[in-house]
Amino acid sequence: MVVPKIKVENLNAWFGKKHVLKNINMEIKENTVTAIIGPSGCGKTTFLRCLNRMHEIIPGARVSGKVIFNGINIYDKGVDPVIIRKKIGMVFQKPNPFPMMSIYDNVAIGLKLNGVRDKKALDTAVRQSLELVNLWDEVKDDLNRSGANLSGGQQQRLCIARALAVEPEVLLMDEPCSALDPISTAKIEALIRRLTENYTIVIVTHNIQQAARISDYTAFFYLGELIEYGPTKQIFENPKHELTRKYIMGEFG
Amino acid sequence: MRNPLRTTHFFYKLNTQYSSPLKWHITGDSLLKIISALFASSVLLFLGLMVYELVNGSWLSIQTFGLNFLIGTKWDPAISQVFGALPLILGTTVTSVIALLISVPISLGIGLALSEYMPKKFGFAISFLVELLAAVPSVIYGLWGIYVLIPFLRDHVYLYLRTFFGFIPIFSGPIYGGGFLTASIVLAIMVIPTISSILRDLFSAVPNSLREAMIALGATKWETVKAVVSYARSGVIGAVILGFGRAVGETMAVTMIIGNKFQVWPSSLFDAWYTMSAIIANELLEATYDLYVSALINIALVLLFVTLVINILSRLIVWRSIRLVRGIVKE
Repeated sequence: MVVPKIKVENLNAWFGKKHVLKNINMEIKENTVTAIIGPSGCGKTTFLRCLNRMHEIIPGARVSGKVIFNGINIYDKGVDPVIIRKKIGMVFQKPNPFPMMSIYDNVAIGLKLNGVRDKKALDTAVRQSLELVNLWDEVKDDLNRSGANLSGGQQQRLCIARALAVEPEVLLMDEPCSALDPISTAKIEALIRRLTENYTIVIVTHNIQQAARISDYTAFFYLGELIEYGPTKQIFENPKHELTRKYIMGEFG
Repeated sequence: MRNPLRTTHFFYKLNTQYSSPLKWHITGDSLLKIISALFASSVLLFLGLMVYELVNGSWLSIQTFGLNFLIGTKWDPAISQVFGALPLILGTTVTSVIALLISVPISLGIGLALSEYMPKKFGFAISFLVELLAAVPSVIYGLWGIYVLIPFLRDHVYLYLRTFFGFIPIFSGPIYGGGFLTASIVLAIMVIPTISSILRDLFSAVPNSLREAMIALGATKWETVKAVVSYARSGVIGAVILGFGRAVGETMAVTMIIGNKFQVWPSSLFDAWYTMSAIIANELLEATYDLYVSALINIALVLLFVTLVINILSRLIVWRSIRLVRGIVKE
């Protein structure tokens, strides 16, 4: 049996008094793409943010339960969330490159935060990360210009490169294509498939077809609960739960 | 697409239906418009008049000394009747710069504490108190300086500075307690509310997505805060310049503390000095002949010019920066 990369046990999350995630149990397998689907407000994004301890930075937010990553519960006392976030990277819904930094620095910043000062090592990492997201050829002559002038799709790929530069083991993506046009979306979907060779990816998406296209496993969330979780093929062709079937057929959501 | 004809028609109908009351409303509206426009433009008018009066009043001095007024180092109303403002310009500039060196780090700390570290409710209370500091009349700062700060600095700080660092010229010489360093410290306290409240607004306008991006990369709180400052850096520069403008124009507290000694350069940090605003406040009533009065008004003109330029510049930078910071959020 394959050991799961991330194992979620009895995870609950709150915003103030609002209970937004209810008793989630789930195993995420290494080098796969796991899609999280469900209607708006069902807790998908909160779930994702619980996986790298980003949920708790919001005032009033609270978490209970376990998220076991590489055998360690990331919510144990004494675990530094900063180190967890270096191992579990994140890409956000809206592309958010640092406008005050050059394209080069946008990619290098993570490594610089890790204390890498060697110019050659940084150069190599920046180039590799940008090549990985197929952005190198588009920006190699503008590395010193601001990342804010790129198109939306380029910005999002820059953000993915930024997250990959620190070589995380898991990449969390929160609707990374929702602000993008179809061509940019296709590029990022192809990229996600390629990344599974070395990374474990969890992606939240509103787009059911996207989940079907790119994911190996799919989890359906509804009102803060995990309704159904299984191989994508099974979820889409033979859902066990009535709610899942209805959502996939587009009857609500 | 809206049909323009249709809207005209709509108003036309309204007009004919309720002809007289609507007409009154329209006249009332336009009347209010004209009156408020008048009031608003009177600000410009007053500024124009002020400049005119200052130029008019200082004309004699301008004719007599020309640009030499700005580089002259002699202020002798009694015998030779020669006036030069360089020592005053230097006094104003140096005290303001020292005030900024003290107040900018403190204001950065306050601004960051209020926007990044404190819970919202608590931060609101603190920022209210900080802004209250700006409402304290300047003469009270002056009194506080004379009765509290001067004895404290003289007995507990300056004395030790001279004992241990007296071999360095700037820490030697007689200690009065008052003087330009003490004046700079009071100025620093007076500009802290201005700078820190602008910085708080600026940092609060930095989008959360920037902080989240940093945190998600494994940045510590301190590294995230540094990114916030770097994002808002042009606004920070604007806030500092605005604080400089405040310090340059401040009169009362400085006059009470700086020691009012006309000299090009003080002999040590403890020495007395003079500023443009202080000399006007002190000597205008005693000025007995036209050229003397004119020279003082000439200083006022220079001061107005400097503060106007500094304020316009800093406002432009702050506005542009806040717009920039907010603009990127929308993308």
